[in-house]
Amino acid sequence: MTEMFRDKIDVSLTVNGEPVEARVPAGQHMIDFLRLELGLTGAHVSCEHGVCGACTIRVDGDAVRGCLMLAAQADGAEVWTVEGLTDTNAISDLQDAFVARNALQCGFCTPGMLVAAEELLSKGDVPSRAEIREHLSGNYCRCTGYEAIIDAVESVAQGRAGKGKT
Amino acid sequence: MTIPFSNPDRPNSYIGKTVPRPNAAKLVQGRGRYVDDIVLPRMLHVAFSRSPVAHAKIGEIDLDEAKAVKGVLRVFTGKDLTEVCTPWVAVLAHLKGLKSPPEHALAVDRACWVGEPVVAVVATTRAAAEEAASVVMVDYEDLPVVTETMTALDKDTPVIHPELGDNLAFRRLHEEGDVDAAFESAHKVVSASFRTARHTGVTLEPRSILVDWNPAEGQMTAYHATQAPHMMQTVLAKHLDIPESRVRVICGDVGGSYGIKVHVYPDEVATAAIAKVMGRPVKFIADRLESYTTDIHARDHEIEARIAVDADGKILAMDVDDWTGIGPYSVYPRTSAIEGNQVVNLCGGPYDFANYRAQTTVVFQNKTPTCQYRAVGHPIAVAITEGLVDMAAAAIGMDPVEIRRRNMYADDAYPVTSPAKMKFEGLSHHASMDKLIEMMDYDSLRADQAEARKQGKYRGIGIASFIELTNPSPFMYGIGGARISAQDGCTVRMDPDGSVVALSGVTEQGQGTEAMLSQVVAEGVGVKPSNVRVITGDTQVTPYGGGTWASRGAGIGGEAALQAARALRDSILEVAAAMLQAEASKLDIRDGQVVDADTGEERMPLEELGRIVYFRGDTLPKDLPRELVQTRHFITMEYPFAFTNGVQASYLEVDTDTGVVTLLKHWCVEDCGRVINPQLVDEQIRGGIVQGLGGALYEEIHYDEDGQLLNGSMADYLVPMAAEMPDMQVAHVETPTKESELGAKGAGEAGTAGAPAAVMNAINDALRPLGAQVTEMPFTPERILRALGKIDD
Repeated sequence: MTEMFRDKIDVSLTVNGEPVEARVPAGQHMIDFLRLELGLTGAHVSCEHGVCGACTIRVDGDAVRGCLMLAAQADGAEVWTVEGLTDTNAISDLQDAFVARNALQCGFCTPGMLVAAEELLSKGDVPSRAEIREHLSGNYCRCTGYEAIIDAVESVAQGRAGKGKT
Repeated sequence: MTIPFSNPDRPNSYIGKTVPRPNAAKLVQGRGRYVDDIVLPRMLHVAFSRSPVAHAKIGEIDLDEAKAVKGVLRVFTGKDLTEVCTPWVAVLAHLKGLKSPPEHALAVDRACWVGEPVVAVVATTRAAAEEAASVVMVDYEDLPVVTETMTALDKDTPVIHPELGDNLAFRRLHEEGDVDAAFESAHKVVSASFRTARHTGVTLEPRSILVDWNPAEGQMTAYHATQAPHMMQTVLAKHLDIPESRVRVICGDVGGSYGIKVHVYPDEVATAAIAKVMGRPVKFIADRLESYTTDIHARDHEIEARIAVDADGKILAMDVDDWTGIGPYSVYPRTSAIEGNQVVNLCGGPYDFANYRAQTTVVFQNKTPTCQYRAVGHPIAVAITEGLVDMAAAAIGMDPVEIRRRNMYADDAYPVTSPAKMKFEGLSHHASMDKLIEMMDYDSLRADQAEARKQGKYRGIGIASFIELTNPSPFMYGIGGARISAQDGCTVRMDPDGSVVALSGVTEQGQGTEAMLSQVVAEGVGVKPSNVRVITGDTQVTPYGGGTWASRGAGIGGEAALQAARALRDSILEVAAAMLQAEASKLDIRDGQVVDADTGEERMPLEELGRIVYFRGDTLPKDLPRELVQTRHFITMEYPFAFTNGVQASYLEVDTDTGVVTLLKHWCVEDCGRVINPQLVDEQIRGGIVQGLGGALYEEIHYDEDGQLLNGSMADYLVPMAAEMPDMQVAHVETPTKESELGAKGAGEAGTAGAPAAVMNAINDALRPLGAQVTEMPFTPERILRALGKIDD
């Protein structure tokens, strides 16, 4: 087997702040690697072609579809999933707002939705409701009708802006 | 002692208040446990080779290449599984004439729709199973395909199941009064054709099942994303020849259901059969294409309907001819005749009129089977009814709100029986309409609409009144012979630390069942909701029950929980009275403390009572009962169903150049009886509305004439996304059912029932000055431009 067509790839990355070294099948999706090999089942697999957003994770600071990225591409990457973002309290205000506003029902879309929302919030501005709706338009939610999610994200944006001023 | 619900300051007043969902925090932390998150030792994966054609005889099957894929352990054909799994026939005795052929876990001689499972491949990884399934070679010999509903019964249309004689699955005609005479003498008659598109649920979590057969114990455990664990227990036991007592169905977190996960799917039964044969855990998780081709579809109806009114706008008669195509099999065990039957039951629902004729014709075709999906039949019946009412109002020059007020049952008219023979215990159409009109500021909105029109903008207001069927009795399925429980139960116990555990037969799908149960039990016993641990979704643990469907969780499951909690309270107070040498009737439980009922003075914490009962029972009187576990069941008896009512309004703008509809705002007032948790009810309404808006504007499964499904991906089957959806204002009128102490009716389907009709009426309100009208859903830009005459090719 030539170097170009190896079917197993060695990768070295950090996941949720911890070093991970693995030999992954060349065709394995990042989300499958996280779920099957690392037991990180927080992000979910739903459409497997980049439309629904349930598998959204953070890779090198960007919200990324875990089903559109190969694990082999993650060599050297810094990856965060909802588990790590929870453990480090990075999004606890957003999570609390989701619970308080009941911005989730079945919860299957929620880990991906949180990563996508945090990407918007991390820009530091207070987005309009229309901007929040636009930014989250890559994340399906079939349960809530979205309004509660928009409310929760809006309240966190306002809360963080308020803190920044004091 | 009854609970004084009218006093919001009563002790333990959790019913009627927004309390947090006990299971929400784990879900936002990614700590949910859905079926695909579960890994068992020696677990295998199954993938299916499915029919690529809509109708074919299954010829030779070549499995050599599939078996050669690394990791593949075994391959099963339909014939293989007939040895361990019996077929099913989905009919119900009370749906007279309903017929359907036997259906197998894997197709045996014939494949009848694109996506029907034909061969199952079992491997050590899902990737290997999928790879092998893709190289299974089946010789399909094409058979004639039936796709059109309206010609399915024509003489020259092939019969899909020759042994059944024709393609008619079910037909029901209901007639009340003298319909023809009413139409002949009417001041005005309006007719229209309606079309609702084929939908599917698009649960974000695909259908999922993991089955473990333990031959040593003779026990099957199925981890299943389902709405009805006990029903599935019965089904798996019956068709796999296992005693019912030896099948355990566990339903943990479920990633959305909406009716999709309440049916028996061949691939899921096949997974269980294979687990039994192999003696190892086997997991099946549908992929997204499988979801589109094999999750049940719904709402594929074509309707001709007309309404007769007098000069004052009073409805004289309605006449509805409904047709629907259900695929090649009626779906087990609820059947695929229910949706059409509901259309007959529900048309004209809010209105007091005398002459009614409705017929539903349910035919077989070579498409994915259809069955019950959120708000079964309601969006269709409401679209027909409310569409006709608006057209009649326009025809006689009456305001659409006014014509409804002239026809809705008076709020003091109940109980009444509708011309469809539905019994209504108590509804509030007028109070709900009044509240809606005030909330939306109807007159201002009409002024805004007129102002916009001066600027060349076409805005429309659409109103839709509706009824919703909830809290079903055995009249829905049980009387037809299906082993689907209309009763539900709850066991409530107090543990030594004074905490309370509630085990319920209804299930959590994200709607907030466990929060609802926690607050009902908390109030019933007298503890904080955070001190109630709720357990659902395990047939080996909870009382036998029906699960979650037809908006029954709060009304049926909630009442059982309340009664069990009240019984536990009585048991606790009997012990407390003996310990405190007081009269039980003079004691109460508040916030986990036994108190004097009159003064509220704290007498003893529940944990002290628990300590004595569980560890120092010797100090209590010998004959004193100390049963700190109580179980109660509830079933509705007086009415077959608890109907609810409501009214929705949509305000939108139609771009007459592009045909694009922009939703500006949406309102809903609904009456689900006692509201247990306002936030959860509102979010059920909002989520339901958006599912209805999807049907109105985007959702449509497309097939070609060969029965090929054309849009089997999330990129091609559009559902509502955040950017296009409006904010929604929700309010309530409360008319509690008198059948239960709790007084709750269902709320899960009201949003979906009314939203499509509200949007249709709003679009037509906007387009009326241009002489255009749309009645075929979804209202795509193309259909709107065609209605405007801007596309005619």
